[in-house]
Amino acid sequence: MPGRAQADLLTSALSDPSTLAGLSLPGWDLLIRQARSSGLLGRLGALASERAVAVPERPARHLRWAAREAEACHGEIRCEVAWVAEALASAGVRPLLLKGAAYVMAGLPAAAGRFFEDIDVLVPRERLGIVESRLQLAGWMPKRMDAYDQRYYRRWMHELPPMQHVERGTTVDVHFNILPETGRVRVDPAQLLERAQPIPDGGRLWTLCAPDMVLHSAAHLFHDGEFTHALRDLSDLDRLLRHFGERPGFWADLTARAHGLGLGHPLFYALALCTELLATPVPEPALDQASAQGPQGVARRAMLAALREGLRPDHGSCRSPVTPLARQLLFLRSHWLKMPLWRLTRHLVRKAWLRREPVAER
Amino acid sequence: MRVRDLDDRELHSRLSGDGLALDLALFTARIRSHLPEVHDGIRRMYADFPLDDSGFGDFHVAVEGGAGVRRFWRRQATFAIDGFEPFRPLPRAQAYPMLEWGLNWCISTRAHDFLILHAAVLATPDDRALLLPAPPGSGKSTLTAALMLAGWRLLSDELALIDLGTGDVHGLARPLSLKNASIDVIRGRGGDLAMTPPVADTTKGTVAALRPAPESVRGMERPARPGWLVFPQFQAGAALRVESLGTAQAFMYAADHAFNYGVLGERAFRVLAGLVERSALHAAVYGDLDEVIAWFGDCREEACRARPSAG
Repeated sequence: MPGRAQADLLTSALSDPSTLAGLSLPGWDLLIRQARSSGLLGRLGALASERAVAVPERPARHLRWAAREAEACHGEIRCEVAWVAEALASAGVRPLLLKGAAYVMAGLPAAAGRFFEDIDVLVPRERLGIVESRLQLAGWMPKRMDAYDQRYYRRWMHELPPMQHVERGTTVDVHFNILPETGRVRVDPAQLLERAQPIPDGGRLWTLCAPDMVLHSAAHLFHDGEFTHALRDLSDLDRLLRHFGERPGFWADLTARAHGLGLGHPLFYALALCTELLATPVPEPALDQASAQGPQGVARRAMLAALREGLRPDHGSCRSPVTPLARQLLFLRSHWLKMPLWRLTRHLVRKAWLRREPVAER
Repeated sequence: MRVRDLDDRELHSRLSGDGLALDLALFTARIRSHLPEVHDGIRRMYADFPLDDSGFGDFHVAVEGGAGVRRFWRRQATFAIDGFEPFRPLPRAQAYPMLEWGLNWCISTRAHDFLILHAAVLATPDDRALLLPAPPGSGKSTLTAALMLAGWRLLSDELALIDLGTGDVHGLARPLSLKNASIDVIRGRGGDLAMTPPVADTTKGTVAALRPAPESVRGMERPARPGWLVFPQFQAGAALRVESLGTAQAFMYAADHAFNYGVLGERAFRVLAGLVERSALHAAVYGDLDEVIAWFGDCREEACRARPSAG
């Protein structure tokens, strides 16, 4: 089994794009495939372009194709956000964008080369009903699912079931918190809403404040069970940190905010793994404070080891014998984090034993 | 080196191992398969194609047998591009056609240096392009195969690649896909034909692949400049009827056949407008292959004129 350094060209390239100079054609062949499988082909192209790395024409084409797809995606997001904002305005709710939609509309480097599928918004819980009904009036319908799944979302999670537009096919995820209500880590959404800020020149669009954007991304990555695009999400975090890290006072604000919201663990994982894998420049004091807020001892070492496995590129060439086991453990952990044990057991039993409809192909 | 220069053992070794790196001029497909019908199909259909030893492949595809019990019972074939399966498995007999459909999928979903139209493309000896955009069932494949046998250079029977920068039309001169009755029609026209054994019960009916003419393969690196944009429709028993189309109408019809218009946006609009403006635009209804081929022959001699319906 190839060693990590040898097989994983992608993480090396993301952490130091200058290593791309002089990469052979067979090397590019493998790198392009690792990047595409990991959802990072566009990001790789953006990095190569930003650092003015000379790329041979044959792989350069692939980067260009991915850039065009991302560009088209961003155009669609801009259109879609306008529709969503109108529907929310009619409900008297300000459009507060999360994740990809926020990165695109705010023109953040985290959007570069990235393909996003849904529009995510955060609304006050007490306005959920009217938001849902106004979105339905505008043509978004909840995706078909049975009563159990509906309850799963509405009562136990942090978002409504995804809503899909009947004509355009686009999806809106309406969040009322950034982590599940039933989870072991409880975030107070009022704190997030309080520090939300408008996008400069963004019309009437809003996003979370910079530290909250980072913490949301970290919480999403390190609580999630789906590690299929973990490296991509870590790369988003890296881009956010590099961009916001230049603002005076950001790091102190970030660690204080993590403490205030109860998100010390995800922040620790984010800073530890971004610095280790992607060479994100993080000041020592911030690392120390995050470390103090994170897990200690054996738990820390075990989690970091499992996360490193989960953060390998999503390509056959990067798998180690341990990867499936690590991913399985992370999957279980994410469910453990989401809900109390008795509910978790019931949930997993139901998922395993009931026949589900086959998922439609992409 | 070309595929025909490999002996059976070497071909088998590459397909079962790291993959056969097939040079398709515009792209390199690295193909892996353990299935004998895929080996045979490649040996016959791609005999004249060169191999690429650069170590870089654009599409890493694999056609293999089904998983688990489906390897032996109600056998299946699967198509994967670098581990991702875009289609459900198909019956095992369709393994070779699945390779062709899969390669079409790869190109049409990724190659965004081109506006990609669902159209056949052929060229005159002086590299003027005849584009035939048409939906399935219009007789496009039969017409394309017959034109190739009548001496037109084949660029593609499925995918017309319009270069976003130059407006030139490119194709890959890959095997043609014949369906149902057209298999016998083309056999009946004689000539130097090599076909794969027909495979029945696909979603398109019975299909067989026809090897591209060697002259077409030799010319695969040469694009063609816009010449004619003709929308063909086969109608049994009909006399040839050709009408001229306006640019706006032809544009809308052609845009309907574009795979990646949405991704390319404004670039697609500009290059398609350029194609339409530089081409002679017609819709043709025909019932007799020889009659319509003769009309195209007249076009080639620059004696095209619109022929209204008789009577």
